[in-house]
Amino acid sequence: MTAAPAAAIAAAVRAGERSASSAVQESLAAIAAGGELGAFNAVTAEAALARAEAIDSAVAAGEDPGPLAGVPVALKDNICTRGTPTTCSSRILDGWEPPYDATVVDLLNAAGAVVVGKTNMDEFAMGSSTENSAFGPTRNPHDPARVPGGSSGGSAAAVAGGLTTLALASDTGGSIRQPAALCGIVGMKPTYGRVSRYGLVAFASSLDQIGPMACTVADAALLYSVIAGHDPRDSTSIPEPVGDLNGALAGDVDGLRVGVVSELCGEGIDADVLARLESAAGALASAGAEVGEVSVPAAVFGLSAYFLIAPAEASSNLARYDGVRYGLRVAAPGATDMNVATRTAGFGDEVKRRIMLGTFALSAGYYDAYYGKALKVRTLVTRDFAAAYERFDVLLAPTSPTVAFRLGERTANPLAMYLSDVCTVASNLAGHPAISVPFGSGADGLPVGVQVMAPALGEDVMFRTAAALERLLPATASTHSAGAVTKGTAP
Amino acid sequence: MADRISRHDVAHVAWLARLELGDEELERFTTQLADVLDYAAEVEALNLDGVPATSHPYPVGNVLRDDVPEPGLDRAEVLAQAPETEAGQFRVPPVRGEAP
Repeated sequence: MTAAPAAAIAAAVRAGERSASSAVQESLAAIAAGGELGAFNAVTAEAALARAEAIDSAVAAGEDPGPLAGVPVALKDNICTRGTPTTCSSRILDGWEPPYDATVVDLLNAAGAVVVGKTNMDEFAMGSSTENSAFGPTRNPHDPARVPGGSSGGSAAAVAGGLTTLALASDTGGSIRQPAALCGIVGMKPTYGRVSRYGLVAFASSLDQIGPMACTVADAALLYSVIAGHDPRDSTSIPEPVGDLNGALAGDVDGLRVGVVSELCGEGIDADVLARLESAAGALASAGAEVGEVSVPAAVFGLSAYFLIAPAEASSNLARYDGVRYGLRVAAPGATDMNVATRTAGFGDEVKRRIMLGTFALSAGYYDAYYGKALKVRTLVTRDFAAAYERFDVLLAPTSPTVAFRLGERTANPLAMYLSDVCTVASNLAGHPAISVPFGSGADGLPVGVQVMAPALGEDVMFRTAAALERLLPATASTHSAGAVTKGTAP
Repeated sequence: MADRISRHDVAHVAWLARLELGDEELERFTTQLADVLDYAAEVEALNLDGVPATSHPYPVGNVLRDDVPEPGLDRAEVLAQAPETEAGQFRVPPVRGEAP
């Protein structure tokens, strides 16, 4: 289902052995053939082909276009692209063309990558299934009756379906990792501040982070290394230099201390997912890692704090959509009436729910009980992780409590949908890096992801563990017979 | 526990957030938000005495750039994205005479 890895494409293009144009044409043809997935909001075919030709000319002239030379990359549609619509899959940004490129887009261009289009998502990244898009849902390439996960379902489906080699997405509570798991690809959330968010449309600013999606750990690391680094245009950007990851990818896990998070190994996690997690832990142990169980209570109760913090920040960030400066305006005789009419028509139900939840959590009389408490819980999350990392180098957990669920299965019950994020939100609250790696399949032959978490700025050891899991997978019994699965109590 | 948030509360926050809800929406959102708040109330069981708040995962101080003029966005390009402009500015419907 998937084509050559990014590193192979870039090496061939740099060596003049294949053209960037052919790589981009292949991607565009796959996008055209895969339209029923609903993965793309916009395909920038003309610009992509022109750019590929420019890269080919540069190679012919003896120049090096960079480490992603000629590699097709798709962008989640909340990453700003100058002159190309950026919708966040929302009607309220209808027709908006950003007047600038996000820093990650500048970095991709400087590395020789070719942007092929903008991918579908849950509106403003709020959701876990990509069903909250104003433009219709994205479907899972493994089974079109199932969701790809979310909110970055378009990017995940595009990579898993072979429509693009790489994709960028954003992760506020699991929006890169959960769809990566459900679509059987690699998805990684960097340390908070490691990748510039200049030009990322804000959802929850203390949690949002841009990260890579790819078919292999090496490709995810390659894309990460291109986008990571300090950016003076993002004041939350971390100044520490980014290390070289090539050693990490080749490194072994002998003596590595791996803690399996006990709170994410029982109630609420389906049996087929747990079986794959156990297999991953066993594989690491057989490769010499010291694997043990560790209790991280915050890994679960963090979710309740997340429900308050993320909507509170969203309610503030989304106040800017008022029909004045960009996007939709619904006409009304007075300014406030116009604001109300515009926002009421422009936002979908899930965005309205989160805005109201956040407004409530911040409102007079409730602030201390809800938002104030949630911020204290966030401190406990950080403390729990710090205690775990005294004993372990990395933590291992499922990425999603279930395999991909069916379209429509959770749309009527927002709380059930929110519980999809139970395994992933703690890393966002702590600001730590985490990656989902495909590790075989579960019920109905659907992909299962295993999550590796590491302390802040621990991308090196995180990638080392992820690469080891990828190498070890073929040696494990990677499928789980559907008949043998006893369902747990997942939502 | 339906009394974590009432229909009246939801109508109030909708107004604060500049959203208009129909009767059916008000009913549905009240139930759904109460469900989420019930789950979020799990934190009430935690002992949070003396625990400081964390508002940001990676504490950094004030970040200031050098005080050197740099070009901003092109005004015409920015204004071209607005629903309505006049004389180089954003145009909005009248504000005078509206309820606060």
